[in-house]
Amino acid sequence: MNSKPRTKETPLSMDDFLKGVWEENPVFVMLLGMCPVLAVTNSTINALAMGVATTFVLVCSSILISLLRHSIPKQVRIATYIIIIATFVTIVDYVIQAISLDLYNALGAFIQLIVVNCIILSRAESYASKNRISKSVVSALGMGLGFTIALLCLGTVREILGAGTLLGFPLFGTNFEPWVVMILPPGGFFVLGSWLLIFALIKQRKTQHETQHKTLHKIKIEESSHGH
Amino acid sequence: MTQAIPTEQPNQNNSAIIRTLTLIATISGLLVVLVVDATQPLIAENQRIAIEQAIFQVIPNATQWREYRLSKDKLIPVEQADNGISIYIGFNQQGSMTGIAAQAAAQGYADTIRLLYGYNQDCECITGIKIIKSAETPGLGDKIFKDLDFITNFNALDAKLNAKQSALENSIVTVKHGKKTEPWQIDAITGATVSSRAVGKALNKSAQYLLPKLVVHLSQIIKLEVEEQ
Repeated sequence: MNSKPRTKETPLSMDDFLKGVWEENPVFVMLLGMCPVLAVTNSTINALAMGVATTFVLVCSSILISLLRHSIPKQVRIATYIIIIATFVTIVDYVIQAISLDLYNALGAFIQLIVVNCIILSRAESYASKNRISKSVVSALGMGLGFTIALLCLGTVREILGAGTLLGFPLFGTNFEPWVVMILPPGGFFVLGSWLLIFALIKQRKTQHETQHKTLHKIKIEESSHGH
Repeated sequence: MTQAIPTEQPNQNNSAIIRTLTLIATISGLLVVLVVDATQPLIAENQRIAIEQAIFQVIPNATQWREYRLSKDKLIPVEQADNGISIYIGFNQQGSMTGIAAQAAAQGYADTIRLLYGYNQDCECITGIKIIKSAETPGLGDKIFKDLDFITNFNALDAKLNAKQSALENSIVTVKHGKKTEPWQIDAITGATVSSRAVGKALNKSAQYLLPKLVVHLSQIIKLEVEEQ
């Protein structure tokens, strides 16, 4: 796919995929879709199921929207996107019910709420409606993976601190007193804030490192030119 | 997002809009119908398994069960009934009745909570509950089926009928956590009061309605089962 781009568009590259995972991570960088991020991440399994369900809807709706991108009139594009997204959410809803009622009960209303997840709508509006199918799918997969990773980051930390378990298995002895607030909504904000802090620190380090590198380089050049 | 909407040729545009929306709606409808059709048997099977497992959980000592329907104040086997309220009767190995199970429902915090409860005619008490469907808040309301202390409320919850057998002697009520003093009271969960109350309400409503009607038929069922054996 990479070797023969058929149109004038830029060729498909790894960047399209990685952007969603790291550089434009929907949760840690763009702060999108906060409702499911804070609400369902009280356990690892819920976070994983939510991430996979959202990725499925994201990829499928991107395919269909990208396929129909030339025939959707501007005035009704949002309405069209919502219908398409809602269709795939309904499909996910039924499929999860068919797979496991326990999982369905655990996720509760949040499956239906994928319809109004702004990550999916923003992908549809800003990417799938302007790019060919292969690029849209790769970008959607990247975004979905980035979202799933972010949910897992929150879910595992909250489950370990708030319930003392990981994927339902107890990690600590019986005298571990779970930090219940971590499972409750405030805990979601605490953990999200901490992760954002970590990400900001990493970014700051990186830019500092780069500028230091550049200035060092400059000084070296100047020194060598002075020497001559 | 802020681009001006073109206003020229409104007629042509309108027909394009209608065409697109019709196409999308058709595709959506088709996809949803296909998926519903494909998953319906699996979902029904899952629900049946969930109820079957629940029956054995709420009726202790039951090794088999049979479904009956209560319609027009008569209790008939499900094969001969078209409608009515489902009543599951559990039997032990010897074929004698060990308890009955029925469904109850009430409005919870998020959505309707549906549950199955077991009733034993000898101790005249509720012997267990199992939540079948709920959308209660994860971490708070969902304690109604995760909190073991709450579940022990229903190991022997008093549901005696009054002398006239027209209603319960004492209504089943949910009380604040730690305030339970009577065997017909349910000790609520702190932080999940609404959900706890909903469970109490569902049980009370269903027991008040069903038990007076059922009591007449239960002796008959024991005989039927013995004859069959």
